[in-house]
Formats: sequence, structure tokens, C-alpha cells
Amino acid sequence: MKCNGGSPGDCFRAVGEKGTIKMKKSIFTILSNRKLAKNTYEMVLKGDVSAIKRPGQFINIALDGFYLRRPISVCDWDKDSATIIYKVVGKGTEYMSKLSEGAELEVLSGLGNGYDTEESGVNPLLIGGGSGIPPLYALAKELIAQGKKPTVILGFNSKDEVFYKDEFSALGARVLITTADGSLGIKGFATDAFESAGDYTYTYACGPEPMLKAVYNTSVTDGQYSFEQRMGCGFGACMGCVCRTKYGYKRICREGPVLVKEEIVW
Amino acid sequence: MVDTRVNLSGVILSNPIIPASGTFGFGYEFAEIYDINILGSISIKGTTRELRFGNEQPRIAETPCGMLNAIGLQNPGIDKVISEELPKLRKVFKKPIIANISGFSIDEYVYCCELIGKEEQVEIIEVNISCPNVKEGGMSFGTLPENAAEVTRAVKAVAKKPVYMKLSPNVRDIAEIAAACEEAGADGISLINTLTGMRINLNNMKPVLNNITGGLSGPAVFPVALRMVWEVYEAVSIPIIGMGGVSTAEDVIEMMLAGATAVSVGAANIKDPYASKNIVESLPDLMNKLGINKLEDIIGGAH
Repeated sequence: MKCNGGSPGDCFRAVGEKGTIKMKKSIFTILSNRKLAKNTYEMVLKGDVSAIKRPGQFINIALDGFYLRRPISVCDWDKDSATIIYKVVGKGTEYMSKLSEGAELEVLSGLGNGYDTEESGVNPLLIGGGSGIPPLYALAKELIAQGKKPTVILGFNSKDEVFYKDEFSALGARVLITTADGSLGIKGFATDAFESAGDYTYTYACGPEPMLKAVYNTSVTDGQYSFEQRMGCGFGACMGCVCRTKYGYKRICREGPVLVKEEIVW
Repeated sequence: MVDTRVNLSGVILSNPIIPASGTFGFGYEFAEIYDINILGSISIKGTTRELRFGNEQPRIAETPCGMLNAIGLQNPGIDKVISEELPKLRKVFKKPIIANISGFSIDEYVYCCELIGKEEQVEIIEVNISCPNVKEGGMSFGTLPENAAEVTRAVKAVAKKPVYMKLSPNVRDIAEIAAACEEAGADGISLINTLTGMRINLNNMKPVLNNITGGLSGPAVFPVALRMVWEVYEAVSIPIIGMGGVSTAEDVIEMMLAGATAVSVGAANIKDPYASKNIVESLPDLMNKLGINKLEDIIGGAH
């Protein structure tokens, strides 16, 4: 992914060949909504997923009684459904966790640029922390489909928060778990598993900003980092989520959430 | 066939719906999802002399029936707006464009209004003297009648297009300020900008917004905006662009009955990118239902 942008708008067309980012507004039906781990839920939504093109993109969900939508990264998708994994962090996500199978949600899909798998090399390293882990699942799946051999580091606070360990393994990825309290896997932060990961050709990261910064400082390769920010619209209109980059100001919802390592300004 | 046309200082809009500045980018982003030529006009993102990053994150907070924003006038600066953003919008939008100008000094307002007024595609200049999210300038020009009049006089002396002064609701008497603008030569009044508010995060017990305060918008402010449009209509005879929490065609009719000639849609675009489109499309049916043939006939009709 190459961005030579200056002003918001210059990197609009990071997704697709020459195509513009086309978001879609449609109704999705909840197929399942289950608890995976402490405060962590997985929701499978049936609907028109044609706007979702890349791992690392997100959907923006309208909830009754809440003015703003809730932006959640896409964990996986197939021809007519999308899976999201979300953490209950406030009233909106708490409301989501109580929704039942069959309930309908109005969703904007196909948002954000997503990860580019072209420059990954043969042995990419994927590092996710907590609620930053879900988009790495579709990314690992795509990389493996391309014949690459990804190593995945999944960082959690403790064992009761661990999710998708087996799912990543089932894809064929090499999985390393870290927990801050040492209750499972390597004790410490995701970056403490770098040594065990061995050689790698590229770095993909998603997680809280302190983790991203630690990965940025530890990683010896180029990479792509997915950022989180409070959003207004989620599709580039309000300038609510803008950050500074070496190539100008970028909207996390539109020119992001994935930024390449060389453009990141801490 | 109902007639939805309205007239803003000689600029005829095919309908009164104008996405509000700051909630619709530079317009062309929305052209990817629908034909924006169904809109009456577009008020583009507020522009200053220099490029501005705006405030540090976070800039957005949710509220009951609305939201707070503290963007802080992020924009690419007037030169880039003229050389890049306006041409991009013009390619996909053939209707009248409203430029929105902000400033930190009278000189800056004058500089920007003079430049943008020379652009053929800009038909109205909306002068924002009401931004609550910047430390100097912005709202301070709009909170006293004499300051508002001074900016109005200065920009009117150079602007080649009709000038609409965008007013703040965070004042003692908005009608008094509107009247001062009219006397200083304003062609119209836009109101309201957002209401200053704040939220506190219970997890860290600190303000949610980095800027501490932000501007409240959304349906929560609609009744306040409506009351202020009513008051300003009583005080001036120039056209009013009414805004503040407008989310439905019904809200548009209420705004016009209170005295608005045209109506801006703001936060609703952020909640739903199709909001302005939906309002435009449901307006004729609502007019039929209410027995309104010519929309212009109802302006100020509730007085």
C-alpha cells in the first residue's frame, strides 16, 4: 500500500484497483450472538456483504436509542454473512451483547481501507492485542490462501479473556499467546513474544495504541498498523477521527484505519 | 406537482435542503453513494486562510439524542479549497454551492471572503462567527452585536456574493445580534451553530473531549434552534437559513413555519449518510399531505 497523500482525500482510493470505496447501507439479521470470553462477544450477521473487500475494514452499526453508530472491525466474512467480535466497553456494546438471534441491525459496511497483503513476504508476523485481534483472523486466512506462512501473536490480559486461539490454529497459522498475568502462554505483552516468533518478513498489527507503539519500536520490518479512534460518521464526512501522519492529516475511518509504518507519527 | 423552490437573495434553490457545513465534507464524498444534485445546495466544510489540523483527539462524544463535536475547524486552507476541493465538488454537483468561511481576525475573514467570492461556482458565502471550538476568534466575533456588525461590514465591503452570517446560540439575545448583522449589510442569517456542552468519562473521571467542551447538535437541540429562528424572524427582514437538529421533512416544515427560507441538515448526515437525501425525497409527499402547494408560501407562516 503506497500513499503519497497530502490532504484528506488523497488516499481515498487505497481500496480496490481504481475503484472508489463504496460503502453500503443495509439491514443485517443476527444469526448468532454468543459470549466468547470475559466481556467479549462474537456476532454473526447475515446480509449484503458485497461492500466488504479487505481484512481490516469495519462496519458501523446503528443501535436503537444511541445517536452514533458503533464501528466494529470485520473478523471474517463469506458470501452472505459477516462475523464481528466486540468487547463490552460501554452502554452501546452492552446493548449489543443482549441482542438476540433474528434481530435486525442497520449497518454501513465496506468502511476503511483495510490491510494490503501484497507486501507481506512469505513469513508475515501478525500481532493483535485484545479487541484488536478480530481483523487479524480474516487477514491470516487471506495470507494462508495466498500460500504464505503467518505467525500470529495474540496478546491478552489474562486467560479468561483469551478467544480464537483454536480458530487461528485451525487456519494453519502458528499461534503464540501472551497474557499480562502469565495465566496462559508467554507472560507479558504481545511484544514479549517477538523472540519466540523467529524471523519474519513483514509486520501487521492491531490493538490499543500503547501496544501498537511497542510493536512499532520492536519490529524490524515494514508493516501496517490498524488504529482505533472515536468516530463521528465513520465514512469521512465529519473529521472527527483525524490523525497526523508524515503524509498529511488522515481520517482513521477513511484513509485508515490501517496506516503503513513509514507514515506513522506518534 | 408541488413547488419546493426557495429564493436566497436571488439564488434559486430547487428545494430548501442544504447539508450543513462540517457534516458533509466537501460534498463529493457523498456523490459516491447517491446523486447529490437532488439537494438544494451544499454548505462546504468551514475554511480558514491557513491549513488547520484542529483539536487533538478525542473530538467526538455521544449524548442523549445527539452528539458533541470539537473538531476545531480542521480544513486544508483556502488556497487548496479553491484549487482542489471546489473543482472536485463542481464535477459532481451542478447546483449552487455555499462556501463557509471562518477566521481568527477580521483581516482573515476579509481575505477569505474576497477570495472565495471570486469563485464562479460559489453563490453564497456563509460567514461563521460562531465556532465554539477554537480558543480565539470563532465565536467571540458572534457573541456581541457590535463585533458581529464589524465583521459583517468588513466582509460585505469585499465579498462579491450574498453574505449570510452564521450565528451562535450561546448568547444572551440572538435576535439582537441578527439585527446588528442586518443593519451592517448582511444579506441573510444562518442559525444556529452548536450549543456549548461537555461530557465526563466515568472511567478516568476526566472530560471526554480533549478540548473539554464541544458543540452539541442533533435532535436534542431542535426545539432551541426553532425558537431562535422564530425570534430572529421577528427581528429581521432578510432570509434565514434555519438549522439545528433537523432530521426529518417534518422538521423542515416547522423550521420554515418559524421563519426559515432554507434549512440546513447537520448531525443527521453523520448518523446516516442518506439523511439529506431522505428528507428531500419525503418533502413532496409531506407537502401534499399538509396541503402545501408552494413551499415558499409557508415561510414564517406560524407567526
